[in-house]
Amino acid sequence: MLRAPTIDSGGRVSTIIAIEGLTKKFGNLTALNDVHLNVEASELLGLLGPNGAGKTTLISILATILPSTSGGASVCGHDVHREQHAVRKCIGIVFQDPSLDDELTGRENLDFHGRLYGMDAGARLIRVEDVLRLVDLSDRGNDLVKTYSGGMRRRLEIARGLMHHPRVLFLDEPTLGLDPQTRRKIWDYIRALRDTFRMTIVLTTHYMDEADQLCTRIAIMDRGEIVALDTPDGLKARMGGDVLELEMTGAHQEFLEGLCRMQEVEDMAVEDEKLILTVVNAESFIPKAFQAAQEQEIQIRSVSMRKPNLEDVFIKLTGREIRDESAPDAKTRMRIYMGRKRR
Amino acid sequence: MNFGAAVYTLWLREMRRFLRNRSRLVGSMAMPALFLLVLGSGFGGFFRYRNDVSYIQFIGPGIIAMSLLFSSMFGGLNLLWDKQFGFFKEILVAPVSRMGIMAGKTLGTVTTSMIKGSVFLVGLMVAGLVRLEVFGLLLALVFMFLISAAFVSLGIAFASRMNDPQGFQLVMSFLIMPVFFLSGTLYPTEGLPLWLWTLTYLNPLTYGVDGLRFALGSAYNLSPLVNLAVIAAFWAVTTIAGSLLFRRMTA
Ligand SMILES: Nc1ncnc2c1ncn2[C@@H]1O[C@H](COP(=O)(O)OP(=O)(O)OP(=O)(O)O)[C@@H](O)[C@H]1O
Ligand SMILES: [Mg+2]
Repeated sequence: MLRAPTIDSGGRVSTIIAIEGLTKKFGNLTALNDVHLNVEASELLGLLGPNGAGKTTLISILATILPSTSGGASVCGHDVHREQHAVRKCIGIVFQDPSLDDELTGRENLDFHGRLYGMDAGARLIRVEDVLRLVDLSDRGNDLVKTYSGGMRRRLEIARGLMHHPRVLFLDEPTLGLDPQTRRKIWDYIRALRDTFRMTIVLTTHYMDEADQLCTRIAIMDRGEIVALDTPDGLKARMGGDVLELEMTGAHQEFLEGLCRMQEVEDMAVEDEKLILTVVNAESFIPKAFQAAQEQEIQIRSVSMRKPNLEDVFIKLTGREIRDESAPDAKTRMRIYMGRKRR
Repeated sequence: MNFGAAVYTLWLREMRRFLRNRSRLVGSMAMPALFLLVLGSGFGGFFRYRNDVSYIQFIGPGIIAMSLLFSSMFGGLNLLWDKQFGFFKEILVAPVSRMGIMAGKTLGTVTTSMIKGSVFLVGLMVAGLVRLEVFGLLLALVFMFLISAAFVSLGIAFASRMNDPQGFQLVMSFLIMPVFFLSGTLYPTEGLPLWLWTLTYLNPLTYGVDGLRFALGSAYNLSPLVNLAVIAAFWAVTTIAGSLLFRRMTA
């Protein structure tokens, strides 16, 4: 099902990031496990995955600030380990964690960045004002960063990462903690950067709508591995059906197992009193489900049906039962059972 | 990006931060000022080094060295704060040579240290406690630069091996105070017990202090050329060590 990442039938393709068998260990912990991935020029690749999946680790290695344990990667044709300087010249990055100088003003932080990236005075002046306007900080640009709110700092970091128009831009949860208007503005700018400069962008996010709206391709990571790689639509199509949400009272294991055995059901997850099902043929499934519920004296309070979204895919692929490592109470066992169903 | 521009960028940042934080400037100068005024006047009443050299004239150059020592070593601490606040990542990921970063950081801290040291120098000049002579003052600046640059590099060397600012502060207090007390600033080195004499002359700062004494017309022991050679060699060693360790630093 994976789309072949490098070879494009349309002829010449420039692979701008090539990752081969990349593994990173922190002591006993394997943060990245034999990752293979190719990113083509002007792609906007989304990296999704639960906390600790290895997204930041992967970006850090590509950005030359973390050595890998084995395997290799190249960015813009340069090896991230042996040709660090050349790689650094062609990338930009917005870190997940704060990385501003609190004791400088916003403008001074940007000016420092421009100088580090060898921009001349004229270009610096123009770009600093450009990016400040973009993130709505023009009037606060001369204030010390330590007087900024959390969202303002985040905006300044984004502004800084965009400032030198790199060929490859890494954005590690760029819009974390931003209000919806600002997020939308930043999406627009990210798109414009890609369209105007053919910039290649690798973005991590926990906002599924963001990934869906922005990314041309999405890699879903889980526990150091890429478990799916496809376009947003391709990923959604994999769910193979519609999503049904049933709210009910008194559901028990036997009933759920019964539903699970019905041929229409592709996948199933429980959230408190809500049952989320992926079904192929909702028209025939709904009456059957109601009948089963009635027989077992379970009350279905509401039914809703929708097309699958990225979040459904995400949950299916990174299976939340994995995250529940506490004692196997009834609910956890249920999830484990359902996890098996999809294999 | 060329080396010079990198150095200037890093230097400029230090300057901006320095000029913004005048309270910190005063804070870091309080200790040497206290030593100068309290010890200088306290012992000055009954102790003269020689007929022509009062006690405060004797310790004055050493107090300049002390202020250089303190503010220079703490350049390493700033580096660790940068790491703590994540700003260091921004520097490391930029297409700038490690040596450029190190040189800029060093030069920035040397500049701020020399400004603080110069405040003491000017104070001593105004009080008429140093000889006013162009060659001597220029030589003093050379010694001040070497002392400062050497200890900035030493501070960076230590910081490169560490992660948290608190730990660094602890190491510094176990290092800075002994280096200062064993530099012959507060006592003459003639007639010292052998162990103390040995420790004093193993301490590179001793040569810096003695050199400053020569340059400022206080009582000195060694030839200024010897002092210059030792402190310059020390500077070279710490710079090489600092650079090697700094190169391996990660965010
Ligand atoms: N410096 C480190 N030392 C030890 N373990 C680390 C280090 N950095 C990351 N890890 C571990 O590596 C794994 C992957 O971490 P990483 O930061 O890449 O996750 P992530 O996908 O970015 O998660 P999040 O969504 O929470 O940002 C985690 O288990 C983490 O604990
Ligand atoms: Mg992360």
